[in-house]
Amino acid sequence: MAAPIAVHLEFGGGAELLFNGVKEHHVTLPSQSEPWDMKQLLVWIQRNLLKERPELFVQGDSVRPGILVLINDADWELMNQNACACLTAAGLDCSVGLKPAH
Amino acid sequence: MCQVDEEYQEELERADGPSVSKKCVKCKEASAAVVIRAGDTYCRSCFKEYFIHKFRAMLGKNRVIFPGEKVLLAVSGGPSSCSMLSQVQEGLSQKAHKKLRFSPGIVHIDEGGAVGQSAEERQRKVSELQAVFKATGFPFLILPLEQVLDLPSSVVETALSPLEPPPSAYKAAVDRFNQTSSSDYLPPQEREEKSLPDVQKSHTQLLQQLMGSAKTLTAREDLLNTLRQHLLVHTARTEGYSKLMLGDNCTRLAIKLLTSISLGRGAQLAQDTGFSDSRYGNIISVRPMRDYSAKEIAFYNHMFNVPAVVVASLDTKTSEKASIQRLTESFVTKLQTDFPSTVSTIYRTSEKLQTACRSSSSADHSDRCLLCVCTLDTAVEKASAFQATLISEQLSQTKSLGCRNPGQSPGPVKPESAASTGQCCSSAGGEDCGRATSGGGCCSLTTETTDLKSLLCYSCQLTIRDMSSVDHLPLYILSEAQRRQRRAQMRDEISEFLLDDGDEGIYREV
Ligand SMILES: [Zn+2]
Ligand SMILES: [Zn+2]
Repeated sequence: MAAPIAVHLEFGGGAELLFNGVKEHHVTLPSQSEPWDMKQLLVWIQRNLLKERPELFVQGDSVRPGILVLINDADWELMNQNACACLTAAGLDCSVGLKPAH
Repeated sequence: MCQVDEEYQEELERADGPSVSKKCVKCKEASAAVVIRAGDTYCRSCFKEYFIHKFRAMLGKNRVIFPGEKVLLAVSGGPSSCSMLSQVQEGLSQKAHKKLRFSPGIVHIDEGGAVGQSAEERQRKVSELQAVFKATGFPFLILPLEQVLDLPSSVVETALSPLEPPPSAYKAAVDRFNQTSSSDYLPPQEREEKSLPDVQKSHTQLLQQLMGSAKTLTAREDLLNTLRQHLLVHTARTEGYSKLMLGDNCTRLAIKLLTSISLGRGAQLAQDTGFSDSRYGNIISVRPMRDYSAKEIAFYNHMFNVPAVVVASLDTKTSEKASIQRLTESFVTKLQTDFPSTVSTIYRTSEKLQTACRSSSSADHSDRCLLCVCTLDTAVEKASAFQATLISEQLSQTKSLGCRNPGQSPGPVKPESAASTGQCCSSAGGEDCGRATSGGGCCSLTTETTDLKSLLCYSCQLTIRDMSSVDHLPLYILSEAQRRQRRAQMRDEISEFLLDDGDEGIYREV
């Protein structure tokens, strides 16, 4: 059982337009049997935060190409590829930034 | 299979998790923060160094901008142009290693009117940008796109460039620059305080009518690009700048390149996407960001707090199949993700492209496209897409219109313009009837609007064809079109008296 985790989400570069224009979100992910990973976080964001046009944000089970993801201020491509970074290991106040690249 | 894969990945994660353990490839000490290209991991400070160096190297290598020259930065507010602005600031600062030595100004074109934003929204964006621009200390101008409606025809004429500077000119400019103090680009006070000039509602409406007359998003985007470019060039000229600096990045240029090909702008590729673009004669556009990917820029801006303002564009929040431009964009961004090295390959291709007729730069400007001011590519061989389109158009023309225009020669014709030209002599009045003085009656008026196409390159013809009417085009375009048509007609009339018409290729068919 993974404990609930607090995540600081930041949407920028226009991505916030899909979230009612709100850039920063402090959210708590509920506890669940498996550890949270990016793939699940994206699903959660889509269900709970995303206001419109999901196809502009996610594609398949990852973010749409062209949207950059930073985890604790570092490129998520450094973290063993896309949808699999394990959020729990990053500690309780992990921040995830998402911005389109252009 | 699937399961095996998943288990494998999970194990890897547990092994190193998101607390990054990869090292920077440059200093081999600090831990990496960003992956650029395929697999090159950089730490924060090496990434910064790499980023800054690339900008100076780009300008240094090309030697297009002279010391002391006035350079106008076109800043849309997006990540790329804001990053360019910050690089210029960085390069001019005292602590810079290889100091940049030109004198910059900023121009922003507020396109809110064309994309249907409310006056309040526009004002808010403008004040956000104003704050960013003020902080730079550079002189800046914020212009509503509506001003494009009041441009003079001179914009679409190619002012001839002050001849190719001799090799010694760069050196001379350096010497001159070293003698004068470098801090003379302080903003004039009264301009700094100027907010967005009041936009007349009627102007916004005219602009919206114009944008609305383009029936497809593809044509609308193309039209918007053209208008923006005209206003930028005009502003540079009237404000005494000789270079225009654009923020196109490598991802953007790869998109532009593929879009250009799809839109039939093959002949203009080199100028549309190269480092420098001299089609406007005395105003040369340069693209110093063309070696950066959108990702590098986004990371740099994020890490070093480069402010950017989100500016809505025509395709903001549109689906990926809305226009050719959007579709190409989604193709390229997908490529970037899946095959990171392909994108730079695409845009490097553009460096190898040369337009065959580029040498004829001395030619008279009436052989330039009326809209994009590139050299006309319509005087081409029989077996081209252009000719094929023409022939198929003529065929459908003869069917639908019959012999309505018996006097008309088999020149370029435009089917759906018949409707709009019908109105033109009764409603639009004076401006359109200018040609009546030169001898023709209503019949030749019909030919007139129709012939707008003969003044356009292949790609701009396609754009115009997607417009329900050309009557909403700004006056400077329409009146220049008339002037060129009158000239062509006159030349045609006296052609039999001319001894040598060998070099008038494009008039042969008129
Ligand atoms: Zn390093
Ligand atoms: Zn053109």
